Amino acid sequence: MTYALRVFFVGGLTSYRALFGWLSPSILLTTLFATPIFQILLFAYIGRTAKLENDEFYVIGNAIQYVSIPCVFGMVQMISGERYAQTLAFVLVTPAGRLPLFLGRAFPVVLNGAAVAVVSFGVAALLLDVGVRPSSLPSLLAVAVLASFSCTGFGLVLAGIGLRVRETSVMNNIVFGLLLIFTGSNVRLDRLPDWMQAIGGSMPLTHAITAGREVADGASLADVTGLLAWEAALGAVYMLAGYAFLIFMETQSRRRATLEIS
Amino acid sequence: MHALRVLGWGWVFHAKMMTRSAFDGLLAVLWPLFFATVAFFMFRNGGNPELLVYAALGAAVMGVWTATSVPASSALQRARWHGVLELLVATPVHFSLVLLPVTIATSAIGLYCLAATILWGKFAFGIDLPMEHPFAFALAVPATVISVGMLGFLLAVAFVRFRRSWAMGAVLEYPVWLICGFLVPLSLLPDWVRPISWALGPTWGMNAIRQASMGGTPLPDVAICFALGLGYVAAGVLMLNSVLRSAREHATLALT
Repeated sequence: MTYALRVFFVGGLTSYRALFGWLSPSILLTTLFATPIFQILLFAYIGRTAKLENDEFYVIGNAIQYVSIPCVFGMVQMISGERYAQTLAFVLVTPAGRLPLFLGRAFPVVLNGAAVAVVSFGVAALLLDVGVRPSSLPSLLAVAVLASFSCTGFGLVLAGIGLRVRETSVMNNIVFGLLLIFTGSNVRLDRLPDWMQAIGGSMPLTHAITAGREVADGASLADVTGLLAWEAALGAVYMLAGYAFLIFMETQSRRRATLEIS
Repeated sequence: MHALRVLGWGWVFHAKMMTRSAFDGLLAVLWPLFFATVAFFMFRNGGNPELLVYAALGAAVMGVWTATSVPASSALQRARWHGVLELLVATPVHFSLVLLPVTIATSAIGLYCLAATILWGKFAFGIDLPMEHPFAFALAVPATVISVGMLGFLLAVAFVRFRRSWAMGAVLEYPVWLICGFLVPLSLLPDWVRPISWALGPTWGMNAIRQASMGGTPLPDVAICFALGLGYVAAGVLMLNSVLRSAREHATLALT
């Protein structure tokens, strides 16, 4: 048990710190915290031009949607970064249990994603003069953590694909773009075609974004329990599916000797 | 003549290489399409058809900047990875003649995106672009692409000391989309932003393309866009001379 916890916490922390090995902290922080603020400003101003929603709509939507960058990229980098550093085989040859090994690496990513959402929301709200009641802030934090959890689960599925796909950065960016369109971060879901709403409903972040907007408008966590339950259930399904998929892909990689050459 | 050959063949080789890269080729086309799609939904829901045309043109030009910002910013770092930076710097021609075609090739990839976005807008959203001045449009598009490539040249030189220059380019993507008026009129932005917008070639290129399509006087904007591009090249060459001298004196070209 102690061994598994060490793999979970120490392995996860070491892996997360390794992200700072391939990208210096200043650059990583700029990418994670400055870029989402510009994304929020971009869509808020487009919204003003199109005379659609208020700024709060875009601040909440994009702050939560941007957790996909740390969560999706972070989880896929768990595989492709190890491959780039030529340590993937060493990681996978260890007798460590795969549950603490993979989920331990997901844990810091969840916290990182939530931090990105909180900071980008806070700064953008100040810049655009978006007022949210202080009593709503803890609930918004809970929504951000839940969004980050479900998106990290989605990232775990993509990490499995990363065991076979060479152009992981292209895949990550495409996934980010799809989440931007389908989650309702900038266009209300009911304004999208039915088939897009159906896809959006099965994607991470969609329910969290809706819940975040309702909470910012004054709803309590109890009022958005249904949405949060959906988001949590989706996150759990993605997390379990991602874990199973990683195990499957690892086995396939061993069988086909494609761990390093894919 | 010799310089033109270096520029021309350099452009051809780099454009061919980039079209075969999933990241520089495929993603440069797809990435702005995602944003264009969101913008089209937003403007369509706004109910103003004229704004939809405005957005279609802006979204199309966004791709030119996207194709340029990251690949141009990291052009020198990529040469380092490939192990050819020292060889390229040591060639008898001035290094700017080697670097400029690289960055213009990156912005030329944006033509794919420009065409793809216009077609996407037409077939998926039913946006028919007007064409008031077709010849001016045909002039404004390449002028904008070349000017953006020239801005990319300046970025490539400015970020020469950064190992992670691609990340710097990525950070600049949204701000330029925003302040060059691709999807948001400059009049909506705070007053202090406008001088920055005016100093950027893409702002004038965007104006020129819009006026060529929707009506207006595009040629002065084309001229300003191209003149700013030449200014970026002049500033880049001066900076490059200084950087190369320093790199030779301190043996820091490889940044190892």
